[in-house]
Amino acid sequence: MAEEKKIVLEAKGITKQFPGVLANDHVDFDLREGEVHALLGENGAGKSTLMNILYGLYKSDSGEIKVNGEVMHLSSPKDAIHHGIGMVHQHFMLIPVFSVTENIMLGAETDHRAIQSDAALTRLDRKEVAKKVSQLSDQYGFKIDPEAIIGDLPVGVQQRVEIVKALYRKASILILDEPTAVLTPQEADDLFRIVRELKQRGVSIIFITHKLKEVLAVADRITVMRGGKVVGSAEPATTTEQQLATMMVGREVLLTVDKDEAKPTNEVLQVENLHVRDQRGLETVRGISFHVRAGEVLGIAGVQGNGQTELAEALTGLRAVESGKISLGEKDLTGKSPRAYTETGMAHIPEDRQKHGLILSYTIADNLILCDYYKLPFSKNYVLQQGAVDENARRLIQEYDVRTPSPYVSAGKLSGGNQQKVIVARELSRQVKLIIANQPTRGLDVGSIEYIHKEIIQMRDQGVAVLLISAELDEIMALSDRIAVMYRGEIVTTVEGGKVSREQLGLWMAGAHPEKI
Amino acid sequence: MQKKDIGTILKETLLAAKEAMLVPLLAVFTAIVIGGVVIAVVGGNPFAAYSGLFEGALGSTKALSETAVWATPYIFAGLAVALGFKGGLFHIGAEGQLALGAVASAWVGYALPDMLGVTIPMFIHLPLAIFAGLLFGLLWGAIPGALKAYTGAHEVINTIMMNYIALNIVSFLLNGPMKDKDPNNVIARTPEIALGARIPVIFEGLRIHWGFVLALLVAFLVWWLLWKTTLGFEIRSVGLNPDAAKYAGINVKRIMTLTLALSGMLAGLAGTIEVTALNYRHELGFSVGYGFDAIAIALLGKTHPFGVVVAAILFAAMRNGATRMQFLTQIPVDIISVIQALILLFVAADAIVRYIYRIRQSGDKVVLTRGWRG
Amino acid sequence: MDWRRFSFIALIIAVLFGTVVLIGMSTESPILIIGSMMATTIAVATPLTLGALSGVFCERSGVVNIGIEGMMLSAAFFGWLASIYMSSIFKFSLAPSLIVGLISAILAGGLFALLHAVLSITYKVDQIIGGTVINILAVGVTGFLNRQLFFDKNSIFGGQVPHAPGVLPVIHLPVKEVLEGLCGLFGSSPECIVTADAIGKVFDQKPIAIAAIVLVALSHYVLFNTRWGLRTRAVGEHPKAADTVGINVVWMRYANVVIGGMLAGLGGAYFTLESVPSFEPLMTNGRGFISLAAMIFGNWTPFGAWAASLVFGASQALQINLQFFRTSIPPEWAFFQNSYAVGQIPYILTMIILTGIIGKTTAPAADGTPYEK
Repeated sequence: MAEEKKIVLEAKGITKQFPGVLANDHVDFDLREGEVHALLGENGAGKSTLMNILYGLYKSDSGEIKVNGEVMHLSSPKDAIHHGIGMVHQHFMLIPVFSVTENIMLGAETDHRAIQSDAALTRLDRKEVAKKVSQLSDQYGFKIDPEAIIGDLPVGVQQRVEIVKALYRKASILILDEPTAVLTPQEADDLFRIVRELKQRGVSIIFITHKLKEVLAVADRITVMRGGKVVGSAEPATTTEQQLATMMVGREVLLTVDKDEAKPTNEVLQVENLHVRDQRGLETVRGISFHVRAGEVLGIAGVQGNGQTELAEALTGLRAVESGKISLGEKDLTGKSPRAYTETGMAHIPEDRQKHGLILSYTIADNLILCDYYKLPFSKNYVLQQGAVDENARRLIQEYDVRTPSPYVSAGKLSGGNQQKVIVARELSRQVKLIIANQPTRGLDVGSIEYIHKEIIQMRDQGVAVLLISAELDEIMALSDRIAVMYRGEIVTTVEGGKVSREQLGLWMAGAHPEKI
Repeated sequence: MQKKDIGTILKETLLAAKEAMLVPLLAVFTAIVIGGVVIAVVGGNPFAAYSGLFEGALGSTKALSETAVWATPYIFAGLAVALGFKGGLFHIGAEGQLALGAVASAWVGYALPDMLGVTIPMFIHLPLAIFAGLLFGLLWGAIPGALKAYTGAHEVINTIMMNYIALNIVSFLLNGPMKDKDPNNVIARTPEIALGARIPVIFEGLRIHWGFVLALLVAFLVWWLLWKTTLGFEIRSVGLNPDAAKYAGINVKRIMTLTLALSGMLAGLAGTIEVTALNYRHELGFSVGYGFDAIAIALLGKTHPFGVVVAAILFAAMRNGATRMQFLTQIPVDIISVIQALILLFVAADAIVRYIYRIRQSGDKVVLTRGWRG
Repeated sequence: MDWRRFSFIALIIAVLFGTVVLIGMSTESPILIIGSMMATTIAVATPLTLGALSGVFCERSGVVNIGIEGMMLSAAFFGWLASIYMSSIFKFSLAPSLIVGLISAILAGGLFALLHAVLSITYKVDQIIGGTVINILAVGVTGFLNRQLFFDKNSIFGGQVPHAPGVLPVIHLPVKEVLEGLCGLFGSSPECIVTADAIGKVFDQKPIAIAAIVLVALSHYVLFNTRWGLRTRAVGEHPKAADTVGINVVWMRYANVVIGGMLAGLGGAYFTLESVPSFEPLMTNGRGFISLAAMIFGNWTPFGAWAASLVFGASQALQINLQFFRTSIPPEWAFFQNSYAVGQIPYILTMIILTGIIGKTTAPAADGTPYEK
């Protein structure tokens, strides 16, 4: 290798304690000039905490940070920005109702002027800043309209705005936190190209991810974190996915799911020409038709924001249907209430477990009867039967291995994985014909992910129809018997699982038409 | 997990009770201390003031009876707001609901016998009067409830508007068609209601009446409703997480409307008590301030029906004792409003009390309301 | 402002004005009636406008403030108290007494707002409860002090309400004179003179009313064209995003809430320093809450809030102007003789507007949510 490049950012002995969890445990990390250093770890490993400390959003309990050799006390993002550190968060830090220009100039309103001003009432020079924004984005081949309102822009473009935001502030160190979570495989490749270009121009990059393939594709160096500690490092040339996965989780991990051939029978769910509108009145499901059979898993692949959320809500009675038909096991359930769906045998593992799936202040026991509280044995003549509720809770907690000291703990105190298990326990313990699992493993640790995958396959083998909606392509490919790709509210194509490659799926997810492959 | 034995259950209940009552008690204590400072600043003697207060509130059988009498409408009004809170709805409508309930009961009490030309026996007249109060309170609560459920209009402003509208209506009635036409009367009030429409007293010579017992009973009923029935489960679910409640199959809009309707009913009942047990008529201005007082009582009682009863008795004791205090020491009764505001301040911002007295926060914080988007 | 809301406002104003004109036509010239209604509307809308502006600043930064009523009430009381102190105890003349009163009112509003800020931002108390606490505290404190100071024989004022110094005067702009002069150029017809008179009436306003209008324009500029406004709005929409670019969310919220409090304080000053020279307990009478409805209807913008305030102001002006025509109300209009009925209009109007039938509005996204790092 050529002479060692200088270290632009160094963190030594970073420790951060949150109530109940040691997020960072004496972490050492360094970044060299012009390199892409990937930080790998599963959800909850402490990567984001470390980055938030480097960016000045959190203060570490101990340890020191050096930028270009000088010790820094970063007490707010202002300090970090001042030292050339920029960060693109996993959930964008953009204001949806502002324009691109306004978002970029927020906090740096007078940077474009020769003489900067600290006055609160200083005028906003939208036009001047817009010009500079255009210049900057042209440099990288981004096509960004400075006047566009962020809320109207697609996610991929929003991410570029975030990058321009950092570059506008002359960032020489760029932190990217899970940047591909919201991108199609093609857009992810595009991002890697941009990363390489930034490298050329001397920007040093920290790339946080939990995706093994990406890390091998884009990184110069890899550091693995687990449980708040740094557990190892590697270089892409000399390591494999399997080795990295083992480091990430601490034990041998099965990268594929063991399953038998599916034996599908009759159709359980039929969706015909469904049209659904979102909160803002825009049509996000535009004429979808598909069916799911008992004993099979239909996976709907697609990047978030292509209508999946509204589709799932329509299929569970949570959202009104503009037109079209939904039938569950011979019954027409179009536009009926959620209770009609659950009574006809539908189970739903919602995308946002804390919003739709649980009442966090309720005990686990109460959450477990959330959908059935009005029926025997849980209530008789409108009076709740506490004994039956408790019995049910004890049984399910055991069966589904929910880690909790008692059924009376409030659900909000459980970990993400255990919360999801409570939902799974509640939903799957009913008489179900169809399971709709929407992003069922988002934000979970590997152990919980394995568990839920196992449950889904088990249900399938017992003759239940499963509709899996997920933005994680690996999950779709591992579990699905058939795969439908959703793009801009339409099903682009449906194929047999196992007979299609990642690249093909990726192209369809990005909107390419099947014939063109 | 083992089943718990009686000893553990008892210990846990006591611990929970201590936990629940500690902050409110300290809040009251701190407010009283600050109130004392205020009294001293304006030139009074806090100790004389508070002893007068205590004497007037609890110092004799008569005082106790009076406290119970004043506590009764407070209990109903506090329950009204607490029920709303449990359903995730924050409303200040007790004032209007109370006034309308009172007027309705008063009308049944004095006008109905005249209209029908007979004396109505108590076992019909009194329930009828009570029913009238319930009905109008229910109506006045159902309207903002439905508006919130079906149009999203925030119940705080709407109930306040409904208060003004109600007061306007009552003003009009009490200065006009329903005015007491007795030649000695100059103020805006209804005539006295018939004997058959009055709630009987429990003991001869004291004003404490069976309405107080009714209030305790209703508090128990509200508790039973909220935690032992499916309707209560639905109300609490909507209050804590309307999205999850919707998924659970609960008709969120219907429950919201129902919650405020029931809440209005309870507030209307408070007005009925004024008419059938306290003044035997409705006087203009009786309801003023009940809305805010009810909120303070509900929060002090941690929105739990039993807590509300205790808080209501406390507030009644203060109001009752204040008259004696003013008589003995010339400190205006309004100091009570200041103390009550301070109590509310400390209960609402319990973090302040925790900070002063170094108590640790345990348990999860429950979100009571959610800004404009409900 | 979209056309639906605009046409609703225009419609209501037309109806209200039209009603007065039709009733009073037999006694006075319609043009004079309109001029008089306009003048009253602008004057009466003053506390509503200022209350709504207060709400705009608070809520744009993300803090729900239903304590505007309490802030106004306390400002009305303390402003009045200060002016009386100045004139009775320190024997100042009218002008300095009123100025001291004005400043006291603004400070009182700001102080109560500071309390609201501490509760909502630092202690993360539910903001609607916090606002209610402010209201209760204001009622209690003003009621107590009012009784203690003016009805207790042992107090400074000897148990009597001293002679209040008066109220702020009308500032007469020579609009009427200028227009009359213009009339002269075209033959001085009587209709022209009457019109000039009517228009002139509209421009005869008192200082706080004028300040309110100026502040509307100023607020708009600050909110949408300065760094302060950009940061405020950012903090109210997505505080985390603002935090990540180095903006101090807590400071922005505190500052905006206190500014809001001071605006509400100025609105409160209207009651006792510009409208009537005396204090009545609860004299704000719901105006603080109606301001909130105006703010919501105006979609959290200064000009929108102003337009909505004018609508409410017009409904109040209706009631006031009808007094003039009491005796001559034709029998078909007897409904309007009932001041109870007419007095309901602002409240019912508020409820109709809140249902959103006239158009949905969007609060700042983070409005009402305390900021957790």
